Amino acid sequence: MISILRSIWYTFLHAFSKRITVGYPEKKPYLPPRYRGRIVLTRDPDGKERCVACNLCAAACPVDCIALQATEDKDGRRYPEFFRINFSRCIFCGFCEEACPTYAIQLIPDFEMGEYNRQDMVYEKENLLIQGEGKYHGFNFYRVAGVDMGVKKPGTGENEEPPVDIRGLIH
Amino acid sequence: MKEIFIIAGVLLIALNIAAGLIFIERRLLALFQDRYGPNRVGPLGLLQVVADVIKIFFKEDWIPPFADKSVFVIAPGILVATILLTFAVIPFTPEFLVLDSNIGLLFFLGNSSLGVYSIVLGGWASNNKYSLLGSIRASAQMLTYEVFMGLSLVGVVMTADSFNLREIVEAQQGGWFIIPQFVGFLIFFIAGLAETHRTPFDIPEAEGELVAGYHSEYSGMKFGMFFVGEYLGVTLISTLITTLFFGGWLGPAFLPPAFWFFLKTGFFIFLFILVRASLPRPRYDQLMEVGWKILLPLVLLNILITGAVLLLK
Repeated sequence: MISILRSIWYTFLHAFSKRITVGYPEKKPYLPPRYRGRIVLTRDPDGKERCVACNLCAAACPVDCIALQATEDKDGRRYPEFFRINFSRCIFCGFCEEACPTYAIQLIPDFEMGEYNRQDMVYEKENLLIQGEGKYHGFNFYRVAGVDMGVKKPGTGENEEPPVDIRGLIH
Repeated sequence: MKEIFIIAGVLLIALNIAAGLIFIERRLLALFQDRYGPNRVGPLGLLQVVADVIKIFFKEDWIPPFADKSVFVIAPGILVATILLTFAVIPFTPEFLVLDSNIGLLFFLGNSSLGVYSIVLGGWASNNKYSLLGSIRASAQMLTYEVFMGLSLVGVVMTADSFNLREIVEAQQGGWFIIPQFVGFLIFFIAGLAETHRTPFDIPEAEGELVAGYHSEYSGMKFGMFFVGEYLGVTLISTLITTLFFGGWLGPAFLPPAFWFFLKTGFFIFLFILVRASLPRPRYDQLMEVGWKILLPLVLLNILITGAVLLLK
């Protein structure tokens, strides 16, 4: 009996506590920087596409919503000919971001992607590609990679030894 | 002519309060649960009721092919009709009263007993095992609590020496009956909860076990009648608690009697919603056990003591 009255009283006290609901369209909730929302393709500090079309994101995707086709430019640098994400399938798991070796594909704190037409949920490369570097500033894959894509000479990258002179007698 | 205005006024007030309660209850429950509730349609969400009614009118009013058609249609009407009829004997103010009946209280008890038919017939006519289970529970629960409801009011009737609700209010000019009849009030409140089958006594419609109980098969405005009937019942029990135990329209004279009546009624409606927000549903046999083993002896004792005190005076 007392416990019943006590629970009624505690419920009544809740009338004066702060409401948890955030009135969404008027008041935007705080989204942390690592929030997994809309997927973007980022560029390196030189303004070139980071994506090397390795297909790891498409392989990691559990719902197969990523489709891309690799191609090479005249220097032999790989880039995606098309890059397509079907956001009506995407479950925003972030596996693509984890799989990406070049930080090209990133999930950003934006979820307001509603469309009236289902076909509009399919984002092409021009919809995905942004001008900036996303979450990883100053990272350029070809500065740490061994291959020469005109970004740096071999042996001049970060944590990289000069190339071995295979004709030298010291080694 | 004056009577017609009063009848129309009582109907208007009762139905509007019942419809408004659908909104108010959702907002109050949200308040107790640290939410906002419906606040989108119109200012503060006030037009939510209008939106709900429009929606419920445009829904398909479907009668299942296996149902007993005529009884199925009549059942929700009985509920609303019996409750609305009872509002006739409620004295809102000394003048604003449809029927100044000498058997007002008995009229209420009789009508609330008839209201059980609505639920029993509704569940039976649905021809669905969950509906039938719900209506069996409802009939057992309501018959049980009908007994205490009647007996808890005997003390009031003895003290006021009348079945006329207006005279009962006037007999409280010396002091509200809540003080001498506190046990009667408690038991009437509990019986009122069970009578309107509100949480925690919503066992007939226990959605965790019986889909929606006796109104599982109902849709459209027929369901709406059951729904509004529940809120009409809450309003009715609140007005009766006000009338029987809290001095009805009586109050300091600087405000009109109607104001005091609605203030007190509003408080008990609030209490109904607060109880709903707080308490879980008991098991069916626990409900019956509390009813017969605790409340019945208590209410009989209340009558005995009231009678003894009145005799000694």
